[in-house]
Amino acid sequence: MTVELAIIGTGPAGMAATVLAGELGLDTVLVDEQSSPGGQIYRAIERAAPDTPLGPDYLAGRALAAALRASRVDYRPNTTLWHLDADGTLFLENAGRTETVTARRVLLATGAIERPAPIPGWTLPGVMTAGAAQILLKTADLVPEGRVVLAGQGPLLYLVATQLLRAGAPPGAILETAPLDNYLDAARYLGSLWPGRQLLTRGLGLVAAIKRAGVPIRRGVRGIRAVGRRRVDRVVWEGGELAVNYLFLHEGVIPNIQISLALQLRHEWDEIQLCWRPALDAWGQTSLPNIAVAGDGGGIAGAEAAVLTGRLAALDAALWLGHIGEAERDRRARPIRAALDRERALRPFLDRLYRPTRSVMVPAEDDIIVCRCEEVSVGRIRRAARLGATGPNQLKAFTRCGMGPCQGRICGPVVAAIIADVHGKPIAEIGTYRPRAPFKPITVGALADLEIPGFAAAEGGATR
Amino acid sequence: MFRPRSETRRPTVSVTVEGRPIAVPVGASAAAAVLAAGFDSIRETAGGSERMPYCMMGVCFDCLAEIDDVPNRQSCMVEVRDGMRICRQIGARRIHRAAG
Amino acid sequence: MEHYDAIVIGGGLVGSAIAYGLARAGQKAALLDEGDVAFRASRGNFGLVWVQSKGDGAPHYQRWTRQSADEWPALAEELLTKTGIAVGHHRPGGLHLCLDEAELATRHAMMERMRTQSGNFGFDYRMLDRSELAELLPGLGPTVVGASWTPYDGHANPLNLLHALHKGFVEKGGRYIPNSTVTEASAASGDFRIRAGGGEIGAAKIVLAAGLGNAALAPHFGLSAPVKPLKGQILVTERAREMLPLPLTTIRQTAEGTIMLGDSQEDAGFDTSQRPAVMQTIARRAVLAFPWLRDLQIVRAWAALRVMPPDGLPIYDQSERFPGAFTANCHSGVTLAGAHANLFAPMVAAGMLDPALEPFSARRLDVPAAV
Repeated sequence: MTVELAIIGTGPAGMAATVLAGELGLDTVLVDEQSSPGGQIYRAIERAAPDTPLGPDYLAGRALAAALRASRVDYRPNTTLWHLDADGTLFLENAGRTETVTARRVLLATGAIERPAPIPGWTLPGVMTAGAAQILLKTADLVPEGRVVLAGQGPLLYLVATQLLRAGAPPGAILETAPLDNYLDAARYLGSLWPGRQLLTRGLGLVAAIKRAGVPIRRGVRGIRAVGRRRVDRVVWEGGELAVNYLFLHEGVIPNIQISLALQLRHEWDEIQLCWRPALDAWGQTSLPNIAVAGDGGGIAGAEAAVLTGRLAALDAALWLGHIGEAERDRRARPIRAALDRERALRPFLDRLYRPTRSVMVPAEDDIIVCRCEEVSVGRIRRAARLGATGPNQLKAFTRCGMGPCQGRICGPVVAAIIADVHGKPIAEIGTYRPRAPFKPITVGALADLEIPGFAAAEGGATR
Repeated sequence: MFRPRSETRRPTVSVTVEGRPIAVPVGASAAAAVLAAGFDSIRETAGGSERMPYCMMGVCFDCLAEIDDVPNRQSCMVEVRDGMRICRQIGARRIHRAAG
Repeated sequence: MEHYDAIVIGGGLVGSAIAYGLARAGQKAALLDEGDVAFRASRGNFGLVWVQSKGDGAPHYQRWTRQSADEWPALAEELLTKTGIAVGHHRPGGLHLCLDEAELATRHAMMERMRTQSGNFGFDYRMLDRSELAELLPGLGPTVVGASWTPYDGHANPLNLLHALHKGFVEKGGRYIPNSTVTEASAASGDFRIRAGGGEIGAAKIVLAAGLGNAALAPHFGLSAPVKPLKGQILVTERAREMLPLPLTTIRQTAEGTIMLGDSQEDAGFDTSQRPAVMQTIARRAVLAFPWLRDLQIVRAWAALRVMPPDGLPIYDQSERFPGAFTANCHSGVTLAGAHANLFAPMVAAGMLDPALEPFSARRLDVPAAV
């Protein structure tokens, strides 16, 4: 099967791109692992009640999902992309069966993932990400019982706190880890507060609501650790501790670059956001002309910006595929770019306010687990780096770090930061893991049964 | 433990977790069912450490569970259905060989 | 400029085994290596320590492989004691499955030839029929008719081996220099100078063990190493509780319980991308051997480039033009690690290769093939 455009991901970028691509007449297939549209930020949006504790910003996703359903896209939910050929052939899996789809142009809209927040005890049952708490609320209307503490920094921390509050499960405390230095650094970008005032007002409103509800907020918290025997029962920090039933961690989000890395697209290190992102032109095109990225997967800028970059990518795809001319593309793009500038206005301030601390990038204690899958500690990684591993791939060979099922999604950033620290080099020089197919596991049987168009069993001298 | 929000209007679905029946809201994942059932571990690592779901979005693979006899499934990516049987993933999976 | 007794170029399984052997022999050695992203056949290895398929028609290779396999247990033990790293060597013998009678007959004939050619070394093998095999391997696929078995085959963890050799080398005083692709080299008898990674080092002896990089390096040292890439892909499944009792040519289970499936060959130049079509062929053949593999999830897979000499046999050589320069090239870095550390390295330390390695010289490749 061949299509013009394949879009991976149904978050705001994927949905917006799909809708516009449909309007422009592009023959499009839309692939997503989840069973319904929304990505993470609008996850389970179609089930949302109008009075949802998740708030009006979340509900704004309903229109996008409805527009998606109304478009004539070939929408494939519950479908996992396990390999993508640079020529645009998608290898998909759905309910244990595999198939291929070839697309002339591919748009990756896989969004963001939480930055790993390795603290002592973070692998204990009961310690989860703030995003996880939000997902449980969105998908299942479930709230945590007992005392809940949120720890870390970033807008999502306050958003989730507010949502739990409205859902009748007020957090016992918020431990904010943004150091004072970050506030001072961000203050240099106060000029962006005016253009970004809408976003800023919403943010301040969240903090005010939390304070009014009597949730204690401690700032500049250091040395957080989760303590417990079989599960977490206390959170301890320099100068305090609290008994907890659940500890939700959050240290910001970073682009989900698993597929873009697997394709060996060119990536850049963002020294402010302290993460890798694919190198993109103004339309989201990567170092391969037939592959583009839109949304947070190309650099963290939030849901509204994702919608806009999704639309820009759809316009560019339409030009590339011959549906519209350059003049029309640029004309339609103008208001989108103006809106994007407004959306991005607060970023310089936010990025500096919530820049991860050193201990998030390079955990201080040797016995903190970095690779959750293979249980590899900071200490083992340091020793292997000192022995001579100069990057994550050699380190993987020496320690199994990154060999687990998550293929380095969780440990990648921290591993690179530790190696950089040991060798006294900038992280940008250290490099990344090279994820491989299958991006998510598939069975031997599903692979054996795959029908690959144009492939005859004896091709290319394969196998003895 | 996780509980349904008091104002929820969600219908529920019946599943079992480690043989224990539990009603979980429609739309919940199998991982959510384990959290709702009050278990303290969903799997053990190769080194014997107990784990529960961490990210709930298919990234961390800490939610691996046996669902309807299929081991090592990312339970946060599987939506509950009536009659679903969810079991903890303790140790490596077993191989099922046909007789003869 | 720093001076060494020996410089080894290439930090893969071949280079690090030789470097380890040199350091153990008291040589002041430097090991030059590339950076994190390089072809690195050693990171893509299957892990067999395999004898039964090696050297049909080339008794010297059969013998060298046997010797290496015999050195393996001692090397593994020594590495465990010295570095604390267990390389997981297990030697229960190995099986080569045959899927029809013709294949079985061909295999049997090959085993007989190996025995005949082995001379006083001997070559012990057995042909197992289906019923014996089915008892040994529960869940055997219905189309498997039999297999060859020898007691010499085994397997190990190639990454642990690499780690242990590196650690052992460094702990014996070896100097590991990563991020050092050779940019300039000068060669004279007993006097070699290398510019790499922004520095210059010199040594009386040099060993080229840079895998695919040897082809370009060798001529500078009066050597020839016409190796070419041969791509192979491997699939790794989730861990299984039940263990396969012994390794097969294309299927082995690691100590952790994961099952590795492999042995594809593609002539694809230096392209290391995975190809689902080839991955599928591996999966299909594996399922013929063990239908129960169908249910197992593939959690990891990769493609890597073997270092392949023109006739498949290793190239070992010493430079006549520049005495003190040596080269080692092979596609079986795991199997031959025993020989490289315990037999080849001492030869280099002594300054001369054993005459028994003569047939491995690249000069054999200049001889026109007999019609």
